[in-house]
Amino acid sequence: MDSFMACHDCDLIHHIKPLPAKGAAVCIRCGAVLYKHKPNSQERTLAFAFAALILFILANSFPFLGLKIGAQVRETTLITGIHELYLQGVQVIAILVLLTTVLVPFTQMMCLFYILLPLKFGRLPKRLPWVLRFLQRIQPWGMMEVFMVGILVSVVKLAKMAKIIPGISLYSFLALIFVLSAMTVSLDAHLIWQKWGAHR
Amino acid sequence: MNHGLLTARNAGLISCHSCHLLCQRAKQTSHMLCPRCGAGMHDRKPNSIARTWALVLAAFIFYIPANVLPITIVISLGKAQSDTIMSGVIYFIHTGMWPIALVIFLASIFIPLLKLLILIFLLISVQRKSNWRRQDRTRLYRITEIIGRWSMVDIFVVTILVALVHLGGLATIHAGPGAIFFGAVVVITIIAAMSFDPRLIWDTEEVSHE
Repeated sequence: MDSFMACHDCDLIHHIKPLPAKGAAVCIRCGAVLYKHKPNSQERTLAFAFAALILFILANSFPFLGLKIGAQVRETTLITGIHELYLQGVQVIAILVLLTTVLVPFTQMMCLFYILLPLKFGRLPKRLPWVLRFLQRIQPWGMMEVFMVGILVSVVKLAKMAKIIPGISLYSFLALIFVLSAMTVSLDAHLIWQKWGAHR
Repeated sequence: MNHGLLTARNAGLISCHSCHLLCQRAKQTSHMLCPRCGAGMHDRKPNSIARTWALVLAAFIFYIPANVLPITIVISLGKAQSDTIMSGVIYFIHTGMWPIALVIFLASIFIPLLKLLILIFLLISVQRKSNWRRQDRTRLYRITEIIGRWSMVDIFVVTILVALVHLGGLATIHAGPGAIFFGAVVVITIIAAMSFDPRLIWDTEEVSHE
């Protein structure tokens, strides 16, 4: 059964065939992407995860935007913004923002380290199925790229009323978005499941 | 035209939703676990249509206070001014910043509504066992899955504004009650799209060939 799979969008059974470099297999009936050839998936994903972790720490340690009105300057990090929402009594929103921009991306990185670091040294982590399933489940809730658009909109919104000072971590945020999406895209979950299935 | 095409269901197989392993269907699928990854296995997402309907209706109900109640309250020199999503959009059009007006209008008003309408259309067409343009309807479903997250923009904007504009008596921005309902709409529509099973669109085809 290992050489067949069903399309996740229309249930049609396909024979899994090796793909040319960087090729993708598409369902013949509904057009869904079934699987892709991802060169050096594990190494790449691991490298992106490390880069993402460094950028993530930078992005959250320093202010990303400052606002100057007269002599008053106010700088903010992502965490202070979330804390402010919490204090204002909209805790639900504070938790939603915390999850989508801080906790989920961070957990994604940690899950990848847990799975890929042992694999790199030829071992299978014991809780791999649970962690990989968890990773796939939280993926839709990481919204860093949407947050970036949020930063852009707020900058334009405030530009008329005060002077905006880009903070040092703004650039790490920018880089983090690209690294995070590269990390998600380069992971070949299919390959890891196959390894898990074969080694057990 | 689709003779000779075999689906997992017709072959007596179940595809694991998490690791995509094909397994023989057990007699009782309710407690079946994937032998490879341990995820619970279902032939189709359980109660997909009822669940999606419930979430879509809930999102519609929340959509109203999300648009009527203020999303931000600006307190400047002792005066409070509350803004709804739409009044923010109108403000941007008046001040000539139409690209931003467009971004907010699309992300906060248009996309959630479009997503709900597409889901309703898909639900009704599946319930009527329609065989009209299956491939395009599946594509519509994929679009709803992708665009939903972009509605979060407004929530993030509120977070940043609240954190930045905090200048004592001069000006402060508070998040309004509309933000909570709006956040609920975004989250519920994302879950609604997840609970819809696009394979239902194709199930009628196999029946009609038998």
